[in-house]
Amino acid sequence: MKSSDQKPNQGDSRRDFLKKSSVITAIALTPGAAIKAAENNADERFAELFEKIPLKLTVNNKAYQTIVEPRVTLLDYLREELHLTGTKKGCDHGQCGACTVHVDGQRINACLSLAVMNEGKKITTIEGLANGDTLHPMQAAFIKHDGFQCGYCTPGQIMSAVACVREGHTNSRAEISEYMSGNICRCGAYPNIVDAIIEVKEGGQTI
Amino acid sequence: MINFQYLRTTTVKSAIALLVKDKNAKFLAGGTNLIDLMKRGVTAPEKLIDINHVPLKEIKQVGNKIYIGALTSNTAVADHALVKEKLPLLSWALQAGASAQLRNVATVGGNMMQRTRCGYFYDTEMPCNKRQPGTGCGAMEGFNRMHAIFGTSDQCIAVHPSDMCIALVALDAEVILANAKGERKIPFKEFHRLAGDTPQLDNNLKADEMITGLEIPINNLAKNYHYLKVRDRASYAFALVSVAAAFETVDNKIIDVRLAMGGVAHKPWRLTASELFLKGKEASLTNFEQAAQLAMKDAKGFGGNDFKLKLAPNTIIEALNLAKSKA
Repeated sequence: MKSSDQKPNQGDSRRDFLKKSSVITAIALTPGAAIKAAENNADERFAELFEKIPLKLTVNNKAYQTIVEPRVTLLDYLREELHLTGTKKGCDHGQCGACTVHVDGQRINACLSLAVMNEGKKITTIEGLANGDTLHPMQAAFIKHDGFQCGYCTPGQIMSAVACVREGHTNSRAEISEYMSGNICRCGAYPNIVDAIIEVKEGGQTI
Repeated sequence: MINFQYLRTTTVKSAIALLVKDKNAKFLAGGTNLIDLMKRGVTAPEKLIDINHVPLKEIKQVGNKIYIGALTSNTAVADHALVKEKLPLLSWALQAGASAQLRNVATVGGNMMQRTRCGYFYDTEMPCNKRQPGTGCGAMEGFNRMHAIFGTSDQCIAVHPSDMCIALVALDAEVILANAKGERKIPFKEFHRLAGDTPQLDNNLKADEMITGLEIPINNLAKNYHYLKVRDRASYAFALVSVAAAFETVDNKIIDVRLAMGGVAHKPWRLTASELFLKGKEASLTNFEQAAQLAMKDAKGFGGNDFKLKLAPNTIIEALNLAKSKA
């Protein structure tokens, strides 16, 4: 990631932008104090004020209400704000799958989604899978089949594996490999991960 | 990532109204490419207009066409019963792209708008006429294994990275574009541009326009089709070369045929000369080989990608063979 001193490639400065752009459109998503500033003058103080916007979402069945900078990714929000560090930051560019979480039941890369894009959504992370001290069947199957070595990719692998079974993309080892290809394991536990997924699928329980 | 103003809207009209107010504004749909580019400092919009709540997620049959809303996810399109039945080539191409996680979020419009994955475009320390016009092209004499062999200019040899777009250009899709005054439709093949002297422009979308959807004519190409993607690993990698092939035969004579390639040009590359050659001919290996040779007429390598001069025709032949054996 580039440091924040880098200027945009073209166009006006932030100050010019703020002066010219209509502040009215921002108001619906802006704290009250910023609206006040907007009514007075659109200066740099206003810029600072509207950098954080309100966010409501549910994570692992718990409701959260907060304010957040628009540039914060869902991954950073989960890890840094909610301290749910089970979801891992691998590449931070959507190439490794370590940050896989479920949003409204669908698996996504949390590193390429802004937290504010998830307003009102239900997020499930690896911390939300187990039922108290009882492991989720996929977690138990990963342990049984040695589906990891160092373990860094494992939360993402498990979240992806659960989705893979729910989607029904488990009809052959090849299909499982294809639909798990968004999760990279540099220790090379792939065959064991496929074994774990097959066991859960053949177990037939609703997961 | 440099911070930005974040706006959310729920209608096409307000989205366009917000967009035209500021030339440094961008639409945010799935974000799977845009957010990555912002993290790397390749682009730094001052305003993002989140259009994910605009109701453009419908897939339906309208007369003899399939309509697909621009904000439909890649997964939703690939898995949709109508698409699988009537336009299986599109479904296959989509499933060859990215990963399950990315396809769940990436949209049709965003897929069309994604930028090249050229390493020089992504590395802000490197010269790149696409990222910063006038700075030169690092790839021309640099690492250009992934780069174009068709329609290149002396400014840029980047390729368009999409799989979906290769199927869409083959299927004669139309793009629906809206601005404040109304809508216009353009053929898919006219949406993306060659680099020419303006490599910074990937497509012909105007500054006040929004992609709202696609219309794809229903055809008889759902029997003999194949999307063959050749890449460095079996899944989850961009194409070195990909080929969308589909044809319709009567008594083993080809009466309609579509061929398009990915990973070889700045835009989805339709193989018109090869199609013309095959029309009316027998679906035979000899004819496939000749069609492939015709396709390569103006191909040019840049060193690192010379292997594509052999790989491309072989991929065309294999895709046609696989399409033939599908029936």
